[in-house]
Amino acid sequence: MKQRWMAYPYIVWMILFIVVPLALVVFYSVTVQSGAGIRFTMENFRRCLDPIYIKVLIRSVVLALISTGVCLLLGYPVAWILSGKEYSKKKILYLLIVLPMWMNFLLRTYSWMTLLERNGVINFLLTRLHLPPLHILYTDGAVVLGMVYNFLPFMILPIYSVLSKLDGSMIEAAQDLGGDAFTVFRRIILPLSLPGVVSGITMVFMPAVTTFVISRLLGGGQFMLIGNLIEQQFLSSGDWGFGSALSVIMMLLILLSMGIMQRHEQESEGGVLW
Amino acid sequence: MGKTRKMVLILLTLVMISSFAGCAGGSGGKGSRKSITVYNWGDYIDESVTKDFEKKYGIHVTYETFATNEDMYVKLKAGGIHYDVIFPSDYMVARLIREGMLQKIDLKKIPNYKYIGEEYKDLAYDPDNEYSVPYMWGTVGILYNTTMVKEPVDSWDILWDRKYKKNIFMLDSQRDSIAVALKKLGYSLNTRDKMELKAARKELIRQKPLVLSYLGDEVKDKMISGEAAMAVVWSGDAVYTMKENPHLAYAVPKEGTNLWYDAMCIPKSSKNRKEAEAFINYMNDPDIALRNTEYIGYSTPNTGAFEKLDEETKSDATAYPDNQSLKDSEVFEDLSDIISTYNRIWDEIKAAQ
Amino acid sequence: MVSRFLKKFYVSLIFAFLYVPILVLILFSFNASKSRAHWGGFTLKWYVELFQDQQILSALKYTILIAVLSSAIATLIGLAASIGIFSMRKAPQEILLNLNYLPVLNPDIVTGISLMALYIFTRMPLGFVTMLLSHITFNIPYVILSILPKLKQMNRHLYEAAQDLGATPVVALRKVILPEIMPGVVAGFLLAFTLSLDDFVISFFTTGSGVSNLSILIYSMARRGISPKINALSTLMFSSVLLLLLLVNWLTSRENPERRNKIGKNKENGSYLTDTGHDI
Repeated sequence: MKQRWMAYPYIVWMILFIVVPLALVVFYSVTVQSGAGIRFTMENFRRCLDPIYIKVLIRSVVLALISTGVCLLLGYPVAWILSGKEYSKKKILYLLIVLPMWMNFLLRTYSWMTLLERNGVINFLLTRLHLPPLHILYTDGAVVLGMVYNFLPFMILPIYSVLSKLDGSMIEAAQDLGGDAFTVFRRIILPLSLPGVVSGITMVFMPAVTTFVISRLLGGGQFMLIGNLIEQQFLSSGDWGFGSALSVIMMLLILLSMGIMQRHEQESEGGVLW
Repeated sequence: MGKTRKMVLILLTLVMISSFAGCAGGSGGKGSRKSITVYNWGDYIDESVTKDFEKKYGIHVTYETFATNEDMYVKLKAGGIHYDVIFPSDYMVARLIREGMLQKIDLKKIPNYKYIGEEYKDLAYDPDNEYSVPYMWGTVGILYNTTMVKEPVDSWDILWDRKYKKNIFMLDSQRDSIAVALKKLGYSLNTRDKMELKAARKELIRQKPLVLSYLGDEVKDKMISGEAAMAVVWSGDAVYTMKENPHLAYAVPKEGTNLWYDAMCIPKSSKNRKEAEAFINYMNDPDIALRNTEYIGYSTPNTGAFEKLDEETKSDATAYPDNQSLKDSEVFEDLSDIISTYNRIWDEIKAAQ
Repeated sequence: MVSRFLKKFYVSLIFAFLYVPILVLILFSFNASKSRAHWGGFTLKWYVELFQDQQILSALKYTILIAVLSSAIATLIGLAASIGIFSMRKAPQEILLNLNYLPVLNPDIVTGISLMALYIFTRMPLGFVTMLLSHITFNIPYVILSILPKLKQMNRHLYEAAQDLGATPVVALRKVILPEIMPGVVAGFLLAFTLSLDDFVISFFTTGSGVSNLSILIYSMARRGISPKINALSTLMFSSVLLLLLLVNWLTSRENPERRNKIGKNKENGSYLTDTGHDI
């Protein structure tokens, strides 16, 4: 086919709106603007190595990892149960998992604030039951909860998709050969569902580590994550150089972990997402 | 093939419809009508006032809001949007003047300027009243819930009292929060002394475990519904919340506080100076200024509007404190030359655990 | 028996977790008191006031306008690009595909600030146009990702056969290729539409001049308390999507089983892609 030219508009678009902007961010990250003009420097990156910012980075990664772990623990069984044969209404249930994402995520997150507040719905119910009230809002726990809530479907869906395509006869064969339920799960189902797990993990971890909204709404502006730090540099401190350097680091971090994940995926002959 | 054509048709129709809708939607702002963009603090105007202004002058108002002076400055400096009227505070006015980012305002075009009280003129941030027209003024203090705080509140020290662990809201604004710590330590809130700033940083990090959250405008709702025992707020927000919840009270600590003025200015990048001046003049009409001050609860520098307030408000010490209680208070000065130190301190406080 | 009960119980718990906040939202859209903390009796007044609130209506208008325009334009560019990329040799194809993944993999906040940097650098006034351009930019990759697999599944010789039979390239493209890949095009369009509808982060950094979408409005409202009118609006939007999905589900389950299978498969291949770019 000789339709190559059809890609040219997009190539132009890509250069203008993907390559040039990213190049600009990289440019800002290695320069300092002073009265005399523009000077190349690694100052911005050196500043990122400062312990307080490293702490912010570690904190973001840790919270995102915890959320990813919780999502996996909660989501895998759901995907597994839904992919089971006994559910005739599978499709409806599947839709029910996608459906919440049709409601604005900011609003859903904000709704948790209503639930978790000191005088909120949960504490109202607890005091009615003569139980001690909970103080969750504006803690790490609330941030993790918000992440798990928002990203759980991203974990369930890819795992479900892989599990529902599993060859049933293979499982039956394993059972026939005397494997008990746990062995069958560990030796057959789990390895085969790994590609789904891998894309689930990336799809949860990636947005979780970069969020600045969940930590703002549920963390109350006191738990700074790397996303908040970047937002602050661009919108409040006006330090674009430092903000750009942080962005570049975050971008590399994500692309690197994606690369590792992708390699792993290829080895296990997955290729679910890409 | 029928399907394909249908799909293309649908796509094209959608594009057509939406571009029509776009024209129809845009014409309100872009047509031959004059238009100005106003950049104000969130929740800081009676929005029906802008509607009335549009009706009266036939000038369309695009209204945008910001949360802190710093946010406003960055957005203005970035230059993505041409604002015509902005509402910076004292120290930010000084900074904008110093950096040549403001136009001079022709006071002849603002006849209602005569209503501005003398004590709000010739202030240090704009000594010759060339660049700014005062909009509101007030103090920073402690708003507390009398059902949870039984003792008298007269000092910033109470914000460091372990009794109120996780029961305190602070302002999510670097200059204001650092000022609280500086005042508590007995320093000037305009200090450039590295040691004093370091001490303030240490105080705020020490206080952090007691703080429930750093908030902006949402503090009003939260204090009304009793989410915490006390909060650092601007006086106008105290006036508003105290009306909504009778258990709330406001105190200006004895160590002194920040006395502030928010003003209206015209940025250099504005191309609609005439319309902007008309807007500023309209905002100083005593009846309009009255509507704004009654709606948002902040204190007006407009004597015409002040006269029209009811006696109770006029004598309200929260909104209109006497000079005695303000004797140790200071107005912020422009510290933008050491802004990186401030940013850094604020980063460290936010990142601390 | 027991395990079956446990499974049901567990799935219900997870669904409760997913839906309780939404139910709370819907419930409070009928709350006569403005406060989120107290129940002041049943009312429909927020639904009435919603249609008088200029701010909300304008945000709704921009949200839909941008979603329709950006997904339509992205579909056109993406469709052309997919065919172009598909007919390229391996090396340039790989480069383009990798570049295409960049906006998908990049954190939204980086995409947002890089575009903002571009607009400010080129002195473009932030507003409707910049937001639209940004949405098109983050939509195209998803369109391409939905169309390319369909092109690969297609019989390579179809196009040549059509040309051998005398069809001009344009005709062959329209009559042979397009119908084959149509499911991918539609999926891409819908995907782009949903992504645009729900975007916050990228819009947040690239808009201005009073142009905001619902997400931005809600974020700024979160500072001073979200009006129950927004709850009312979301309830309306949510119930229409729910109705639509149920309708589609009902319609597809009535059609012949072979067809149903095919659709089901498409869904599984493409649908969770829907959510990769979900921004927070």
